Amino acid sequence: MASTLINVPPKAKRGDIIEIKTLTSHIMETGFRRTAASDLISRNIITSFTCRYNGNEIFRADFFPAISANPYLSFFTIAKESGKFEFEWIGDNGFSTTASASIAVE
Amino acid sequence: MPKLKTTRRDFLGLAGSAAVAGAVPIVVTLRPIEATPAMLTSAIRNVVGEAQVQTGKVKIDIPPLVENGNTVPMTVSVTSPMTETDYVKSIHVFNEKNPQPNIGNFYIGPWAGRAQVATRIRLADSQKVVAIARMSDDSFWSVSAEVIVTLAACTEEVN
Repeated sequence: MASTLINVPPKAKRGDIIEIKTLTSHIMETGFRRTAASDLISRNIITSFTCRYNGNEIFRADFFPAISANPYLSFFTIAKESGKFEFEWIGDNGFSTTASASIAVE
Repeated sequence: MPKLKTTRRDFLGLAGSAAVAGAVPIVVTLRPIEATPAMLTSAIRNVVGEAQVQTGKVKIDIPPLVENGNTVPMTVSVTSPMTETDYVKSIHVFNEKNPQPNIGNFYIGPWAGRAQVATRIRLADSQKVVAIARMSDDSFWSVSAEVIVTLAACTEEVN
């Protein structure tokens, strides 16, 4: 399981626009690099990321090899209600990892 | 009256342009795989279809000069009221000269409040980065930014 870092404000006022930041450890091997013996290193990247807010998908991303190693993402959403954010990363070679964070909206 | 003597300035100018001309083919042979502007166009067509892409509304925040192409911070924002009837559906980012023309697709909606996405990208060469936003009325808006990269990413040898 890859380690992830999530930054969601723990508290917000209803209607506030909040920023969500995520960081995942992943090599994001492009599939275009070669070893010193000139063998091509096969691709190993995260291909998709999804964020759900109390079960509803609020953000989705498709990644390509042009996304840097240890992918960082920042995006926004409106704090509507208290609850949970769930994050999911899916990638090559059956890679999958999840994380979650909760928020109190008043 | 024609100049009979080659000045130092003339000589340096000539030498400089010869060096530039000589350097170009070397750069090309060192980089066997790269997306072409045609690949960029077709990647954009895959997203927008037959729709007309207009210029404006989108903004790319990216350093104009980067030392290391392996991690280039990039923020794309779109001017939109983000209401139920007028919002940004998705943001697509492309490049001109990496081995692949796509960088990332980001799907948002009126619940985002602000149409802005940030990530870190790889750039294999000095090139143009293009961001396209799809609005709720299915119109497309784009902007491009030129980035100069001194250390390329993606295709380097592993030690």
